[in-house]
Amino acid sequence: MGYARFIWRNGMRHRRRALLTVGSVALALFAMLTLVGFVQEIDRNLEEASPVRVITRHAVSLTNFLPARHRALIEQVPGVVADSRGEPRASAELVVVINLLRRGEAQGANVTVRGLSPEGVALRSRVRIVEGRMVQSGLREAIVARRLSERFQNLRLGDEVRFGRGVWRIVGLFEAGNTAFDSAIWVDVNQLASDYRRPVYSSILLRATNEAAVRALCERIEQERRFPMIAQPEIEYYREQTRVAGPIRALGMFLALMLGIGAGFAAMNTMDAAVASRTREIAVLRALGFRRRQIGRAFLLESALLGLVGGALGSALALPMHGLTTGAANWETFSELVFAFRVTPELMFTGIVFAMLMGVFGGGALPARRAARQAPALVLREL
Amino acid sequence: MGEAIVELERVTKIFRRDQVEIPALRDVTLEVEAGDFLALMGPSGSGKTTLLNLIAGFDRPTSGSVRVGGVEVSRMSEGELSAWRNRHIGFVFQTFNLIPVLTAFENVELPLLLTRLSRQERREHVWTALRLVGLADRADHYPRQLSGGEEQRVAIARAIVTDPSLILADEPTGNLDARSAESVLALLRELNEQLRKTILLVTHDARATRYATRVRHLDKGILLPLEAERGVRG
Repeated sequence: MGYARFIWRNGMRHRRRALLTVGSVALALFAMLTLVGFVQEIDRNLEEASPVRVITRHAVSLTNFLPARHRALIEQVPGVVADSRGEPRASAELVVVINLLRRGEAQGANVTVRGLSPEGVALRSRVRIVEGRMVQSGLREAIVARRLSERFQNLRLGDEVRFGRGVWRIVGLFEAGNTAFDSAIWVDVNQLASDYRRPVYSSILLRATNEAAVRALCERIEQERRFPMIAQPEIEYYREQTRVAGPIRALGMFLALMLGIGAGFAAMNTMDAAVASRTREIAVLRALGFRRRQIGRAFLLESALLGLVGGALGSALALPMHGLTTGAANWETFSELVFAFRVTPELMFTGIVFAMLMGVFGGGALPARRAARQAPALVLREL
Repeated sequence: MGEAIVELERVTKIFRRDQVEIPALRDVTLEVEAGDFLALMGPSGSGKTTLLNLIAGFDRPTSGSVRVGGVEVSRMSEGELSAWRNRHIGFVFQTFNLIPVLTAFENVELPLLLTRLSRQERREHVWTALRLVGLADRADHYPRQLSGGEEQRVAIARAIVTDPSLILADEPTGNLDARSAESVLALLRELNEQLRKTILLVTHDARATRYATRVRHLDKGILLPLEAERGVRG
């Protein structure tokens, strides 16, 4: 008989109690992995942002626009990199929000439509068209983020969807590396501006010659006196955007913490009962020569085992959530951001380790200490 | 006179509960020689278990000295006492105290987990002990599948598996029927005679006097004088 077997048999001695504890740890871990997966997903939107790209927009707010006539002024500011034809690598973009019906639901949700220049796709390294092709300028064609197309009606390849002044044909599906663009429809900016009769842009995306030139480029744009503009490194812009996810993140982490504490108490209750019901056996082990720390360790390992089993079960429960998409409101544009839960092996491993630690420090530490301090003399007296 | 394995010299133990002092042992002086089978008898509350606790190092005397195998027990640290008990003392309890989730074999093996013996050596020791108590065929039975007498025999196998020099038995027949009690006492005598184990048996079972080589009586914490010694093996 090995030590591990002894611990396992002890842990499974009161199966109903052990299963309840394992169940509560599993549920806590399931909720935590799901919430952490969601929060991590919010953060991933920042990852696409490049330090060499600059976003220029109206100085007042996101809902004010840059007049189309200032486009050349901005694109020709020194510091913007040029392509092989000498054209500035820039994408003038216009964002509108439309309402579409979700699949299987009669209720609509806001979706972002982004008009962009042909350079707009090339500027975003993570974006790739996975089905179909890119839109042609001057036509009512659209490419749709694959995740979005799975969640909304009439957004599959070849479908037609009505917004603006006409019907738009879906000619391609794209993936954007789990960034915010995975929640958008992309079209030609000029066609979109024409449809909405807005000779304006929401923003202009520029690529700086290098990272060092970014700050100077921003300053030059902001010094332009003919029009009030803000130029920000893209990464800063998105950091501000994801800030809106702060309350979700805080709530998620708070709930996860509460569930973790609850599971810790369940484990402690189980281990407390185990120590109380094994008073005589602990005394026997002490009489046989087991040291205090060996007995304490046995109880700690037992609670770690409960945590481990609960953790593994919770991870297994969370696994089907991987890749599941859901919507969340972007609170500034009131459009729908699509999130995919990502339960990665690293996250599962961290979760299982966390569950074990929860068992050890949350549930096992105090009862184990009590067991270790028990006097062996008890065994020879009436209990 | 043989070599004294247990030496108690003027041992007094007083328990304090709130402000009240309860004397459990008063000025007890006792020697147990190697190879002895001493039955320590007396009514409930006479201090028998307290005496065993002191000899095992579970408790410390209020005054006096307790030496086992030449070692002053009360001066050892907790860690030293644990290792010392594992090597030198075997325990047999009134309520058997087997671990219910372990088989008879595993219960006997338990004290050997603390030694440096290999798995194979441990197995050999366990089989030897189980054969000695006549329960080799019950090795894979759990305590709940054994009778009271069999449980106590497993407990005796566990007590001797580390080959200790001293076996402390606390009312080992207290929970047994007459037949099982006789068989346990006979087994203890066998261990004493054939393996030369020193046995200190605390009991108020009068049958013990027929198996022990010496009998001493405790009454109200006082060890009765030698004149009262009367137990002689039949």
